[in-house]
Amino acid sequence: MKKQTIDTRPAGPKPWYDPRVRSLFFQAIAIALVFWGGWVLVDNTLSNMQSRGISTGFGFLNETAGFGIIMNLVPYDATMSYGRTFWVGLTNTLLVSAMGVVAATILGFIIGVARLSSNWLVAKMALVYIEVIRNIPLLLQIFFWYFAVLSNLPSPRQSVDVGGAMFLNNRGLYLPEPMTQEGFGIVWGGILLAIAAVVGVRVWAKKRQLATGQIFPTFKVGVAILVFVPVISYLVAGRPLDWELPALRGFNFGGGITIIPELAALWIALSLYTASFIAEIVRSGILSVSKGQTEASKALGLPNGLTLRLVVIPQAMRVIIPPLTSQYLNLVKNSSLATAIGYPDLVAVFMGTTLNQTGQAVEVVAITMAVYLTISLLISLFMNIYNRAVAIKER
Amino acid sequence: MRKTKSIALGIALAVGTFTATGAMAATTLENVKEKGHLQCGVTSGLPGFSQPDEKGNWTGIDVDTCRAVAAAIFGDASAVEFTPLTAKERFTALQSGEIDMLSRNTTWTLTRDASLGLNFAGVNYYDGQGFLINKDIGVDDATQLDGATICIQAGTTTELNLSDYFRAKGMEFKPIVFDTSEQTVQGFAAGRCDVLTSDRSQLAALRSKLSDPNSAKILPNTISKEPLGPVVRQGDDQWFNIVKWVLSVQINAEELGVTSANADDMLKSDNPNIQRLLGTDGDMGAKLGLPDDFGHKVVKLVGNYGEMYDRNVGPDTPLGLDRGINALWTEGGIMYAPPVR
Repeated sequence: MKKQTIDTRPAGPKPWYDPRVRSLFFQAIAIALVFWGGWVLVDNTLSNMQSRGISTGFGFLNETAGFGIIMNLVPYDATMSYGRTFWVGLTNTLLVSAMGVVAATILGFIIGVARLSSNWLVAKMALVYIEVIRNIPLLLQIFFWYFAVLSNLPSPRQSVDVGGAMFLNNRGLYLPEPMTQEGFGIVWGGILLAIAAVVGVRVWAKKRQLATGQIFPTFKVGVAILVFVPVISYLVAGRPLDWELPALRGFNFGGGITIIPELAALWIALSLYTASFIAEIVRSGILSVSKGQTEASKALGLPNGLTLRLVVIPQAMRVIIPPLTSQYLNLVKNSSLATAIGYPDLVAVFMGTTLNQTGQAVEVVAITMAVYLTISLLISLFMNIYNRAVAIKER
Repeated sequence: MRKTKSIALGIALAVGTFTATGAMAATTLENVKEKGHLQCGVTSGLPGFSQPDEKGNWTGIDVDTCRAVAAAIFGDASAVEFTPLTAKERFTALQSGEIDMLSRNTTWTLTRDASLGLNFAGVNYYDGQGFLINKDIGVDDATQLDGATICIQAGTTTELNLSDYFRAKGMEFKPIVFDTSEQTVQGFAAGRCDVLTSDRSQLAALRSKLSDPNSAKILPNTISKEPLGPVVRQGDDQWFNIVKWVLSVQINAEELGVTSANADDMLKSDNPNIQRLLGTDGDMGAKLGLPDDFGHKVVKLVGNYGEMYDRNVGPDTPLGLDRGINALWTEGGIMYAPPVR
């Protein structure tokens, strides 16, 4: 006889009494409301703009821009489109941000360590730097570097001349520009070879150290390889490099590479300002490593430098990186103050001139906000990946 | 500021529909009457056009254009509040309804008229773009400016004209774009650029701001047409007509010899043109939704166009600009208004 299975468990609650079904239901309603709200806003905006006779859409990006921009990393002239002005502005923003992040990090680490120095004078100087710089509004600092420094530089005809190759005046710093000639591929090959060799040496040295305990001077050898291999390949290829020197033509210097004062002022101000915050973050990170760690390392006979490099910094990084990420984000966003001194960044070019000439405020502002959001999220992403790499690993 | 304004416009446009039916019913004129004053957008400080004095009173030809509209509506030239705007903020402020009219030496162009949802209500100053240059450089003509570094204010037609001019002449230039006209002058004074470019009337005003005005001169070239005038939002024809005809009344008043000093006596004139202008005959005001004596109020309280010009930018002011093409058509200029009839 077949055994009849009888479910003796109590019957489940009715769906509308089931907490899981209920929470799903209400969450679905909440999401629907959010989407409906968003759709109503977009739809209203479009129909209101239409009823007021304001042009909408992104067609303007293909129209001829017709205005000049002083600095462009991607090719640009006035006959190109508004869409191209976006790329010019974006690359200028990325350039000053990247330069600022690098300089602020280096300076911040140096000052943060100096702040903890046992040398009284060094520690106090770092303290004064931090307290002065981080307590003055950034915009004032940008104006200071721009107008105070700019007005003290000579006019183009009285330029500061460094060996006839570099010139400094109130229009910028003019540097010779390297022009690669035929056969420069050999030099590129030499550079790639050198990098590969350094990586190889490093791997081999580590293996040898693990096996025998002997330390190989990887750093010194690496520098030597990086210098000599490209130089030799340069000579072998018959010096395939010309330098275009800047020269005074009419009003200004022409030729060579120009670093405009707007870029310099913005870069200096952003780097110094952010470095003062990074210095404090570095100090907090180093102080978070307990004294016992340093003492243990000293007891093992490690010198000061190695103690810092192998014991203190790796542990401090875990504390340093999350707030450091915030400082990088701040720096990128603060770079939009460029518009005050006429540096052609995204806000000045695209959200300034382009917005005004086309009048399409809603579209331009939306694009600009999306760009800053994207840059910030990308920085966060990379910093989080790095953070995971250096975070403490349980072994 | 600029960012806030643009975002404010976005919010205003986005949330607008909920109140749109109500807002559409009330015309700009009704709104202005209800507020009790006219909200007028002007420059943040440009001598002769709109600038506050040390007591906070605004003066200038653009300011007087606003005051004339207030005089026409309220019979009171002081019923105006001024909103200082940069070149980049101005259209957004008007589109979003933050101001009732814009009188901010704004150039009338096809793109602005047709794609911004705005209407230009006439011309109160015919201008053209010129160059201000340091005397030391020794340049006498704009065609010698190849390779020059040039300071400009952002968000103006100037940026486009400059680019067109240099391209047409096959010359190169380096633009330094500042946000406000003060920063532009500062950059020029600091030696960042060889040349400052702007409308010629502004160059005279900006030159007077230099610590040594004699160190710079204005080149003779005029590279563009810049008809400057008041602007209103599109879609309210009554308001558009009011602003347009208040300015026309001022120009007609000069032509007919009516001034703020003799406006009361002229009420007894038997010239039918003057009678219609001052409202002693006909119902010209009622057709616009204004009191019939609006013309009398405008001329008596603010003055005719010539008075407005002489008081703010004329030869006896620091700007010292001759009437030139801004003279009446009867006197060799191009200032011409349609008849009040």
